[in-house]
Amino acid sequence: MSEGLNIVVPIKQVPETTEVQFDEETGRLIREGVAAIINPFDEFAIEEALRIKEKHGGVVKVITMGPPWAADALRDAISMGADEGWLATDRAFAGADTWATSLTLARCIERMGGYDLVICGLKTTDGDTGQTGPEMAEHMDIPHVCYVSEITEIGDGRVVLKRNMDEGVETLEAPLPLLITVGKDINQPRLATLRGRLKAKKAEIKEITNNDLKMDPNEIGLDGSFTRVVKLFEPEVPEAGEVVEGTPDELAEAILAKLQECKVI
Amino acid sequence: MGEVPVKVTDACTGCGVCVDACPFEAIDMVNDKAVINEACRACGQCIDACPVGAIVMSEAEAVDLSDYRGVMVYAEQRGGRVHPVSYELLGKAQELAAQLSEPVYAVIVGSGVGAGAEELVRRGADKVFLYDDPTLADFRDDPYTDLLAQCCKEEKPSIFLIGATSLGRSLGPRVSAKLQTGLTADCTYLDIDPETRLLRQTRPAYGGNIMATIITPNGRPQMATIRYKMFPEAVKVDHPKGSVVEKTVDVSKVRDRVKVLGFEEAKEQVSISEADLIVSGGLGMGDPKGFELIREMAETLGAAVGASRPTVDEGWIDYRHQVGLSGRTVRPQVYIACGISGAVQHQAGMKTSDIIIAVNKDPEAPIFRISSLGVVGDLYEVVPRLIEKIKEHSGRA
Ligand SMILES: Cc1cc2nc3c(=O)[nH]c(=O)nc-3n(C[C@H](O)[C@H](O)[C@H](O)COP(=O)(O)OP(=O)(O)OC[C@H]3O[C@@H](n4cnc5c(N)ncnc54)[C@H](O)[C@@H]3O)c2cc1C
Ligand SMILES: Nc1ncnc2c1ncn2[C@@H]1O[C@H](COP(=O)(O)O)[C@@H](O)[C@H]1O
Repeated sequence: MSEGLNIVVPIKQVPETTEVQFDEETGRLIREGVAAIINPFDEFAIEEALRIKEKHGGVVKVITMGPPWAADALRDAISMGADEGWLATDRAFAGADTWATSLTLARCIERMGGYDLVICGLKTTDGDTGQTGPEMAEHMDIPHVCYVSEITEIGDGRVVLKRNMDEGVETLEAPLPLLITVGKDINQPRLATLRGRLKAKKAEIKEITNNDLKMDPNEIGLDGSFTRVVKLFEPEVPEAGEVVEGTPDELAEAILAKLQECKVI
Repeated sequence: MGEVPVKVTDACTGCGVCVDACPFEAIDMVNDKAVINEACRACGQCIDACPVGAIVMSEAEAVDLSDYRGVMVYAEQRGGRVHPVSYELLGKAQELAAQLSEPVYAVIVGSGVGAGAEELVRRGADKVFLYDDPTLADFRDDPYTDLLAQCCKEEKPSIFLIGATSLGRSLGPRVSAKLQTGLTADCTYLDIDPETRLLRQTRPAYGGNIMATIITPNGRPQMATIRYKMFPEAVKVDHPKGSVVEKTVDVSKVRDRVKVLGFEEAKEQVSISEADLIVSGGLGMGDPKGFELIREMAETLGAAVGASRPTVDEGWIDYRHQVGLSGRTVRPQVYIACGISGAVQHQAGMKTSDIIIAVNKDPEAPIFRISSLGVVGDLYEVVPRLIEKIKEHSGRA
């Protein structure tokens, strides 16, 4: 591939902590003071894109759909080495579920000047669905491969890769363009360099709004979402039993007694 | 801009109760009146909280959904063997269908999977749609998506359930996007709202700190992927009345872009999902060698080995052993946690175990709040003695 590959990495900005704090009195999420970072899985996606570019040439574009300040995540990606940052931001995009998010991202990517490979994170730490990638692939009508653990070959418009399934590892051959999702077993993401940071500071972030996409209001944001959250509640916890202290021997004896009581020995 | 479906009427007194009730910070007070902003997810908490009933949900436009009937389950299989999660979903589907007075369907795709289809009938499916073709032997997202979408378009089920296995979580989103309907990932609980007859899909959210119930009011089918080991399996019924419906497979009409070149089964067959007994190790072991002790204990008991996430992250053990929100859900008779603090994310994968035994040095460890027997002690002192005692006991028995 003489001209190299056009690689797009959709990334999301998420709250740094997943130890979500709730205000005990109001039951409300506390978001104040929580830093926003690139979704950790998306760093593996960026790293893989950079490695492919280094080997085969090409360009790495990162895109995020989010509020204006999500541009920070794009700059972080650029400081790792990404070439272009694209921000899809519009009040009309807000409140989107994975269906509307993936459709909007698909329409954005189609306008960003060609794509051979789209690399998504396995899932986000906040939405936590892992659905956005495969749904995007369907909206773009390109094939997808989830849980990619290794790309062994790229060339002649095709990719050979391995994916982790529950029962073992599958080796697949897929044509380009292709969408893949990657997790932490694929690589070790690099840190941003100082030079990268300087470049990122000055980089132009290209904005996409619905004025550009002209999508039907019924396809985007909350209105374009098929799912609705109707209730939030604390998970149930099983009742605690006894807690025992004592000498190691007494403690081992207590466990033995419990195992006998449940007839497993 | 898409209109927020939640509205504040003139009855608003500006008391601000809704601002505190909103989990999404979607309500601002403007000139002493509540104003809903675009962060709104229409969760309805403010409607419940408002003391004067000033907040209302505007009615969603009515779509004719009455064409859709039946609860359909995707029967996942590999090499002709139906994945047990499919039987669990079939059991749940029967419950939901009974509440709705609608039929129970299953759909199976593969090569030589007729026996699997028959088994689904024996376990109570009213109709099993069978897509059987030699070209469908290996799972590929493309053709499987097209056939499942075709099946849903022809049979019009109101609900379509898929196991949240690695396969199901790759396939489900693709099918839902193709069918233009919603999909709720990784549900742990399902029921029917008796009033609206909608499927209520409940899943852990925000890293398992909270549970969210989600509905799909206007998309059909209402799709969800469901975790393995959440429900009991459908059992054989006395007089199965269902039947297998063979569907034609026209390979020229399905997409098929990705080729399977090979499959290497995981070296160590870790079946913690199926295990009745599990001994798990956590970061409290301090060292990867800790798993030698855990393994010895597991062997003595005939148990499977589980692990907390950080031990997997540290590379002490393969990720297939990981129990929890981002690992497997397990539901053994006895779960023994050694050196595991019991974070909500770990709990999410094991708290439905019948009996939980925890060994931890710290009497304040959260694991003790959910364990049937909490043992405050050093695992390196307690576990070796326990192994001895179990051996002694089995010697005597
Ligand atoms: C989105 C998200 C998903 C996650 N998913 C998972 C998941 O799937 N599974 C999971 O496990 N975690 C998950 N986590 C991580 C989780 O929050 C905790 O960090 C993790 O479970 C802690 O692991 P641990 O109990 O082994 O370690 P720690 O929390 O460090 O606990 C170690 C415990 O060992 C005890 N201890 C120390 N020495 C000894 C000794 N000699 N004898 C006895 N006890 C000793 C200590 O008192 C302590 O309680 C997730 C986190 C996030 C944010
Ligand atoms: N708002 C978004 N903008 C860009 N990419 C996203 C967005 N949401 C999700 N993604 C991508 O889709 C993956 C899966 O996200 P999720 O479906 O939320 O678990 C992420 O790792 C990202 O690569």
